[in-house]
Amino acid sequence: MDQAEVIPRRLAPHFPSSVLVIRLATLLCLWAAWEALAASGLLYQGVIPSSFRVGAALAKLLASGDFYYNLEFTLFEVLASLALGVSAGLVAGLALGASVFAGKAFEPYLHYLAPTPKIVFLPILLVLFGVDAGSKIAMGTLSCFFPMALSVATGVRQIDPVLLRVGRSFNLNVVQTIRKIYLPSLVAPIATGLKLGLGVAIIGCLLAELKMSNRGLGFLVMQYYSQFRIPELYAALIVAFAVAALGNLLIGRLVRRRGGG
Amino acid sequence: MEARLLAVSAGGRLLRRALPPLAGFAALLVLLACWQAAVALGWVSELIAPAPATIGASFPQLIEDEGLIARFLQTFAEAFAAAGLAVLVGTSLGWWLHAKPWAGRAYESWVATFAAAPLVLIYPLFLVIFGRNSGTIIVMSFLTGLPAVALKTKEGLDGIRRVHIHVGRSFRLTQSQIFWKIMLPGAIPTICNGVRLGLIYALISVVGVEFLINFGGLGELIDDLAQRWEIPMEFGAIFFVVLTSVCFFYLTEKLERWIRPK
Repeated sequence: MDQAEVIPRRLAPHFPSSVLVIRLATLLCLWAAWEALAASGLLYQGVIPSSFRVGAALAKLLASGDFYYNLEFTLFEVLASLALGVSAGLVAGLALGASVFAGKAFEPYLHYLAPTPKIVFLPILLVLFGVDAGSKIAMGTLSCFFPMALSVATGVRQIDPVLLRVGRSFNLNVVQTIRKIYLPSLVAPIATGLKLGLGVAIIGCLLAELKMSNRGLGFLVMQYYSQFRIPELYAALIVAFAVAALGNLLIGRLVRRRGGG
Repeated sequence: MEARLLAVSAGGRLLRRALPPLAGFAALLVLLACWQAAVALGWVSELIAPAPATIGASFPQLIEDEGLIARFLQTFAEAFAAAGLAVLVGTSLGWWLHAKPWAGRAYESWVATFAAAPLVLIYPLFLVIFGRNSGTIIVMSFLTGLPAVALKTKEGLDGIRRVHIHVGRSFRLTQSQIFWKIMLPGAIPTICNGVRLGLIYALISVVGVEFLINFGGLGELIDDLAQRWEIPMEFGAIFFVVLTSVCFFYLTEKLERWIRPK
């Protein structure tokens, strides 16, 4: 009998995989390079602070009430823009996908407008909705509308026509058809649109905050930048990236659970 | 008689095909007319949303006084530089991730995470390091376009069927011949898709960063006009940016289809 077979699985030695070793070694090298650059003085003083100073700034930031006030404001903006953008995108996607004529007439405009840089609309949104949360929510809404609308329109066209014919034979009205056939068949495209939409909504809201705001994580970043508080700037950026990554992770799990892409 | 019937049915097919785009365009014209009427009737303030005719009339001034063409060329040059770098580094990185399986396993998910990260948020940091100049715009846009090119290059090369490479070996092709005659032609469609994505991301990033740091071409022009409250010209510049990106997206799509092996 092979010796490996007699060792219970839980007692078998766990060697770290080569991938893990490579990743850890890479991280170590990057950290060492960072520290060397910070100590070298090659860049302006303080531009690359020691990782320990960034860590201390991060701990201080996470312990301050001011940070949670700004985080709460950004989260509110992102959630509000997601709710508005997703709802509008869902309606537009259903309308474009359900009608071949409407799809051919209007979808090319959405298709070509989707990759335009939405940030250029910010001056108009600032005039329309003011410098407070309204313009940021509008920016996030505009950003996440397109992925949701295009994803849902494509999803509607992939619904089995037999299901729709069965619905018609049961005399379902429009609301019943949407509730009983369209929405259950569109769980995966909606989840995918939600995933793509969340990413761009976070970016939209944060960029709008970076450009002009008086609250939020973007505002915090710009405040540290203008005061040249570089370790705090790094700490705020780490938190902003972590918020975006956490949001994407949560939606990604939801998408996988619902069978989206 | 039969020829006439065929001609009528062909005309009907053509009309059916042309009708939806024409309806879409007509709806756009109706929307613009409604906007014009709403401003003319005083329902919408000219200071918030100037009439389409006023925006159209501002174009000569945009071109002559604000240097629209020169700014367009600057934005295009920055996007071209950033995308060129992204293609150069991205295809090399993608090839390396494919050629060294240990690197692919260890770093592909990192590159994917990098692609999903809101990189544009770190522009204040780049301003501190590189200063407020074209370098910051190009470097940021290069980083934005890089992951798409690298990931698609790896995906394209990974997708080559082993049997094709074995056939190449059986014909005693050298490693270089296998790459140029089998792997690259097979991976070109996916690589082209990645290059197109990289170009689009780079252009979006260039305009966005120009707007945010108030430096450079079209992005700066919009910010500048907004600050001077030149509303018709601001709308005109926004319309021009949207038109430019739509044309860019359309042309890259056509180019990709043209390059793809039939």
